[in-house]
Amino acid sequence: MIVVRVQPGPLDPAAELAALGASGAVASFTGHVRADDGVRLLELEHYPGMTERALEELAAAAAERWPLSALRIVHRVGAMQPGEAIVFVGAASDHRAAALEATAYLIDRLKTDAPFWKRESRGGPDAASWVERRAADDEAATRWD
Amino acid sequence: MPVQILYFAWVRELVGVGMERIDLPGEIATIAELIGWLAARSEGHAAAMADPARLRAAIDQRFVSLDAPVAGAREIALFPPVTGG
Repeated sequence: MIVVRVQPGPLDPAAELAALGASGAVASFTGHVRADDGVRLLELEHYPGMTERALEELAAAAAERWPLSALRIVHRVGAMQPGEAIVFVGAASDHRAAALEATAYLIDRLKTDAPFWKRESRGGPDAASWVERRAADDEAATRWD
Repeated sequence: MPVQILYFAWVRELVGVGMERIDLPGEIATIAELIGWLAARSEGHAAAMADPARLRAAIDQRFVSLDAPVAGAREIALFPPVTGG
């Protein structure tokens, strides 16, 4: 079962993991907001409509590539604080290689294939800045080409 | 033909609005040409469009390159490289 969700409210990784079921192999990745250089607030902007479509296509591509019994992509949008979960991806399969590889594929490709933009605030009126794309993210995504 | 133009992140902030409906002149063939044309609309547009190498685009909610044709587009979005995850 494929589940894709974009939500403004808190993300519960344990609940998402449990919802993947009890297949022979279940793998997941959770990303948390980092407090890099004194970041106090992270805001996530996205492109409503395109975001959901991009994540659904990503999920379908993973389900085509590996034999999965379940797959979940959950991404938060809006304002969040350091330590909060921002993204969860997970995959369930009969065997570990499929679950592990699909999970890595989902997070690597999500970073380049879905329209999200991060803005960090460090306190003070002029201290908010848009996060720049990292070349390492492009390299991680292209290894699945 | 009227086209909905969407802006996100710092492109939206510099332009000053998130969306505008525009009648595209027929001579604009590609996203790159659209970027050049939009730059003349206001100081904010000019600032947002100043360096096309920093911009990415989508037509009808699919990523496209800056040399993609705009003919038939209903919705065109301009934004910085994505930074989700």
